[in-house]
Amino acid sequence: MFEYAPAPESRSVVEIASSYGLFIDGSFDGGKDGNVFKTVDPATEEVLAEVAAAGPEDVDRAVAAARRAFTTWSALPGSERAKYLFRIARIIQERSRELAVLESLDNGKPIRESRDVDLPLVAAHFFYYAGWADKLRYAGFGPDPRPLGVAAQVIPWNFPLLMLAWKIAPALATGNTVVLKPAETTPLSALFFADVCRQAELPAGVVNIVTGAGDTGAYLVRHPDVAKVAFTGSTEVGREIARSVAGTGKRLTLELGGKAANIVFDDAPIDQAVEGIVNGIFFNQGHVCCAGSRLLVQESVLDQVLESLKRRMATLRVGDPLDKNTDIGAINSAAQLARITELSEIGVQEGAERWSPECSLPDRGFWFAPTIFTGVTQAHRIAREEIFGPVLSVLTFRTPDEAVAKANNTPYGLSAGIWTEKGSRILAVADKLRAGVVWANTFNKFDPASPFGGYKESGYGREGGRHGLEAYLA
Amino acid sequence: MTVTASAELSDLRSFLHGLPGVDKVGVEARAAALATRSIKADSKAAAIDLAIRMVDLTTLEGADTPGKVRALCAKAIRPDPADPACPPVAAICVYPAMAPIAAAALAGSGVHLASVATAFPSGQAPLEVKLADTRDAVAAGADEIDMVISRGAFLAGDYRRVFDEIVAVKQACGDAHLKVILETGELATYDNIRRASWLAMLAGADFIKTSTGKVSVNATLPITLVMLEAVRDFRERHGRIIGVKPAGGIKTTKDAIKYLVLINETVGDEWLHPDRFRFGASSLLNDLLMQRTKLTTGHYAGPDYFTLD
Repeated sequence: MFEYAPAPESRSVVEIASSYGLFIDGSFDGGKDGNVFKTVDPATEEVLAEVAAAGPEDVDRAVAAARRAFTTWSALPGSERAKYLFRIARIIQERSRELAVLESLDNGKPIRESRDVDLPLVAAHFFYYAGWADKLRYAGFGPDPRPLGVAAQVIPWNFPLLMLAWKIAPALATGNTVVLKPAETTPLSALFFADVCRQAELPAGVVNIVTGAGDTGAYLVRHPDVAKVAFTGSTEVGREIARSVAGTGKRLTLELGGKAANIVFDDAPIDQAVEGIVNGIFFNQGHVCCAGSRLLVQESVLDQVLESLKRRMATLRVGDPLDKNTDIGAINSAAQLARITELSEIGVQEGAERWSPECSLPDRGFWFAPTIFTGVTQAHRIAREEIFGPVLSVLTFRTPDEAVAKANNTPYGLSAGIWTEKGSRILAVADKLRAGVVWANTFNKFDPASPFGGYKESGYGREGGRHGLEAYLA
Repeated sequence: MTVTASAELSDLRSFLHGLPGVDKVGVEARAAALATRSIKADSKAAAIDLAIRMVDLTTLEGADTPGKVRALCAKAIRPDPADPACPPVAAICVYPAMAPIAAAALAGSGVHLASVATAFPSGQAPLEVKLADTRDAVAAGADEIDMVISRGAFLAGDYRRVFDEIVAVKQACGDAHLKVILETGELATYDNIRRASWLAMLAGADFIKTSTGKVSVNATLPITLVMLEAVRDFRERHGRIIGVKPAGGIKTTKDAIKYLVLINETVGDEWLHPDRFRFGASSLLNDLLMQRTKLTTGHYAGPDYFTLD
């Protein structure tokens, strides 16, 4: 066997402070009541830094700062706002190596992905919305669309910086100001971004970052001076937010869970479909709301697909996220690992057959081997509930109608994939799938110009593209 | 297994057109992703030595002379005169007219002698001429024959003719190993490349090779990936291991290592051997030697420290 020697990206390219404060009104300060929490490297369980936990008074200050900044920021010509966004995009590109390492350390994702996927997309998002800032009148939302005010944004831990970009770039381009709360387990890249804002000389108060746990986020979205709430995360929390926002007049977009069907027809390009299956479920350790976690294979090619899939899975390299050759990194937290483990055990109890390639997992940190379940039916919990980990449920179908029926038979509706060489089938099936994003002969591809969002319990509103502007304009 | 083979042969067209398609975007993305593997330290040293042992050191020019060919043979046997631990290359690859010279120069060295034949590079000649070309090369001492398929016949859909020609050339080869050049740059689509790979394997090829090096698109990573998938699937169906030879355009150590990674993660270590994988190249060798010296001595030597042939 051709063994690859360790090829670690240097950890020292990024400086991590031992403690971080809140970024409010253009400067960092400790929380009012001095509460802190620790953020760890999930690959080693080593503490990376202590971070201030924002209390109600801190959130009040942040929202007040954003309100003050809104007056001048929203009055700037779009071309002026664009300058700041272009500047931020360029600084992100220049500092992308630092950011990629930081993201992999705090999140556990492989450096290959943070370097080649997350960071390029983050910069592209800022570039894209910078381009819209002076063209809003031509975006199709009326002759003089106006910003809303202060946007409260709460983001998840799976793509910390990318979700920040999805939220902040359109908000700023349209003239809103923001208070953003990153996830408790992955606050560091957002705090780094605060420094990028300072470097770009973004006016104080336009972007505020408040770190903390769920209660910080809950307080933020309930704040009366917030005009707009944008949330990405679990359907459970999304539901709570929708309840708290109801009747307040606040605008709301929710990007929630998913249980996407990845449909492989018998005339698919099998080798590339297998790559798409792998990319669909093992990309980012399966911590992807649009992950292709339900594989629907036409029964006539099941054996062939499974054999190819298992052979391919045996080459996946699980381990040190900073190693440039790692394909699957660490699970983000002990809590998430426990959930993945629990649902996988339920899969076995319910009678599905579990398989993982041989792979040795590190002793410390949070790890889960890439896993597939075969013999899964619609009645299994692992076919219905979002696992949010590297676990794939394999189901079969006989006809295109059955594939569509099974794909749609879920409370979610975020994404889906179709694999066939037949163009007419792609169009016919895509038309019937109730999912916000449908990929054909590819999976998990993102572009700032392409709108993203869900049907049903996967949420509402669109992020990205021209559509993404609408949520921030009146 | 032979039952399957005869079924495949009875209706070549249906069989070849029934192979799963290749998605261009997907195969190129996969090759590009594998090209980001980072091969360092001991792995790199081992990869460089393996790559040297896989080189078919090639000269296929109108201007080839006995002097040029002898010099190349000397280099093939001892690529780095400064380091006796440096392995020899796999083979020398020349035109049939130069085969006797090369055979004499390589005698007893263990370096194979490959000769292109069958009206290389176009293949546009009558079958008798191609067979005579092949027999001459074998008689002159070539133990490997690099033939070209009739791309014209393939593109016209005359798969049977291409198949029969390969069978006939294989017969003319006797004990010599047969590498079948698909000239992938002229086949243009990945679907065609997959079909041509199967056609050549079914007809008895020992190796499938990408290119002559004489057209604008030669070996690429995604093309080689498609061919590796073909040999992998053929082995599963027929139990026979077919080698793969990308040729043309592979010039640097970095490139060569990307191909080794591709093998490693597509077909596995059985193909990580000069009997199963070759690089058709000329300038690649000096870059491999330069990188090899860098790893052993810790510094780069200038190009004048490596022989020009």
